Amino acid sequence: MHEATMSFKARAEEALANPTLKIAIDRTTGTAERKRAVAMTQFPQFDAARERGKRIKDHVIANLDHYLLEFERNAIASGAKVHWARTAEEASQIVVALCKQAGAKRVTRVKSMLGEEIGLPHALDEAGIERVETDLAEHIVQLGGDRPSHIVWPSMHRTREQVSEMFKRLHRAPHQEETIEAMVDSARRELRDKFLTADVAISGANFLLADTGATCTVTNEGNAELTTTPPRVHIVTAGIEKLVPSMGHAIAMLRLLVRSATGADVTQYTTFHCGPKQPGDRDGPEEFHIVLVDNGRTRMLREGMKEMLRCIRCGACMNHCVVFRQLGGHVYGGTYPGPMGAVLTPVFDGLEKSRDLPHACTMNGKCQEVCPVAIPLPTLLRGWRDRSWREGLEPATVRFGLGIHTFVASRPRLYRLGTAIAIRVMRLFSRGGLVKGMPGLGAWTAYREFPAPAKRTFMEMYKDQEKGQ
Amino acid sequence: MTTTLKQIGAFSSPPRVGLFVTCLVDAMRPSVGFAALKLLRDAGCRVEVPEAQTCCGQPAFNSGDTADAAVLARHFIETFEGYDYVVAPSGSCVGMTRAHYAEALADDPAWAERARRLGERTYELMSFLVDVMHFAPADVKLDTSFTYHDSCSGLRELGVHDQPRALLDKVSGLTLKPLEGNDVCCGFGGTFCVKYPAISNAVVGEKADAIERSGAKLLLGGDLGCLMNMAGKLKRKGSSVRSFHAAEVLAGMAGGPAIGEEH
Ligand code: SF4
Repeated sequence: MHEATMSFKARAEEALANPTLKIAIDRTTGTAERKRAVAMTQFPQFDAARERGKRIKDHVIANLDHYLLEFERNAIASGAKVHWARTAEEASQIVVALCKQAGAKRVTRVKSMLGEEIGLPHALDEAGIERVETDLAEHIVQLGGDRPSHIVWPSMHRTREQVSEMFKRLHRAPHQEETIEAMVDSARRELRDKFLTADVAISGANFLLADTGATCTVTNEGNAELTTTPPRVHIVTAGIEKLVPSMGHAIAMLRLLVRSATGADVTQYTTFHCGPKQPGDRDGPEEFHIVLVDNGRTRMLREGMKEMLRCIRCGACMNHCVVFRQLGGHVYGGTYPGPMGAVLTPVFDGLEKSRDLPHACTMNGKCQEVCPVAIPLPTLLRGWRDRSWREGLEPATVRFGLGIHTFVASRPRLYRLGTAIAIRVMRLFSRGGLVKGMPGLGAWTAYREFPAPAKRTFMEMYKDQEKGQ
Repeated sequence: MTTTLKQIGAFSSPPRVGLFVTCLVDAMRPSVGFAALKLLRDAGCRVEVPEAQTCCGQPAFNSGDTADAAVLARHFIETFEGYDYVVAPSGSCVGMTRAHYAEALADDPAWAERARRLGERTYELMSFLVDVMHFAPADVKLDTSFTYHDSCSGLRELGVHDQPRALLDKVSGLTLKPLEGNDVCCGFGGTFCVKYPAISNAVVGEKADAIERSGAKLLLGGDLGCLMNMAGKLKRKGSSVRSFHAAEVLAGMAGGPAIGEEH
């Protein structure tokens, strides 16, 4: 058996056997689903907004070279330094080198999935630079020494009871009362002075504004402002698909993003950064760097996956995915989980290592229905299946089985005969209307009953009826 | 049952319908095919069941085996092209022909075009009865309660939602008990349920719980694959909820054994 299959399935079974994880997943995704549903009832223009969002993204993707250069020009004019990274390694090396240049001992980070994608937490840790995650959920992930399990709520996999226990164990002055407020205060006490003493701030960006060279980041905690203002150096890392032509376009995308992610109308904080501190500014970083990351994006463009570059990382697809809601995010094994992760991970990690992801999907289409930029996720997943088939990565048994099936099913007489025999064999194993203990049906019957077939096929009975008439 | 010519609507002569019973109905539950046949005839169609029909090719397509899917797509097109309409008691098979045949045959523009043209005339049974034939069953009686699961392909690829409810509403004595998460996948997913049985089980387990919470006596749906999955789980749980294809109820054929009962 394929190794990746084993490890995905093993991880899946472990997750399925963890009732606390299921509680945690249900709380977060259930709340997100309910809030989004309410937001949608108050947003009757959703379909039009989605169509516009999709058009904006498609336009930028079709003219990526133009907007990238425009963005670079304007960012440089604002005083920013722009860096280009082809791969994840290049990107994290650039960031680490900039931190070292700045003599950084401590860096503060604002949650960014791109940072995870390029392996930045690990690269900073390796370089011996103290990394402080300032997003509450990322702080929880860091304390727990694990990885984000959701792109909007990285610590979704932990219940608040578990978080409370962890804070009590690891915070210097932990909370006494078991309330969310007290727990947040505990994190605040833990983090506040670190915000103020960091040498470098690293953030991501939700949007890159081509016409000004500005970056836009949304948070609900205000940590983006607090993180990026005091340090001397601010580094933004962003995927090249984050470009939009202007502020107006960013706002149009924001309306979609926030409602789809949390069900709110706007995030608590929407932060724009444009260049370093200027003469006369009261605060801001002295150096402002933007690292633009490709890491497979132009390859997606070339290889028929351009729709995926529309993704604004709202998380709605995973919140509504029946598989994600059983497994959580870690089982997916990549940076991004859920339906969008199942499309993206093979791009980053290779199909061979991740071929289970596009297959572990029922193709029910709910993700596409809720996606605010109408990404045809099931079609893209099937595209991976098609590729996996062509590259010979599918198990021989499946290839053989489908080959036989097609041979028979394109020969009606043989097919009729085959079906007639198959149901008779099944009936040999049938008791009380159910097929019991039949070889080959174990994957089904381990968990549910298999209804027995009728005594004769439809076609057998139909032919008799027709003759009789 | 009475069928008046009014129900045939705008047709000057009865439309010739090719019934695709689907491979699952052919092998596992012929009564669904006979129910579809009866309903279509009651609705005023001239129905034929071409003997050359086999499988729509979905298992191959969803496994990524596009070449084999294309072989079966061509076979399906050749078998059914001559009819005014093609109807199947399954949203997922019709979704395959309407939404995906052109994709499977993309390398061959002439076939892709034939697929597209046939796709336009291919309907899921409930939506065909309501949207095309403007049909309503008469004199069907069943004193019980039911809940309805909307199978994903029918719902999202074909917009089948109101039609089965409108038809079932005409069955006297039958009351609907809403299903929480009626539009949430049951975890069947074709080959998914045997490739990832543990995940599929967790999904259908939640579905079975929701079905039981509805308090309905019957579970109805429009896709045999999903129904076998849900009925199989309900049975394993020892639930008393009985499962039928909606067509069986509408055709007055729900007197016999339910899915997974002795027959
Ligand atoms: S694929 Fe769509 S729904 Fe999923 S995260 Fe991206 S934008 Fe959101």
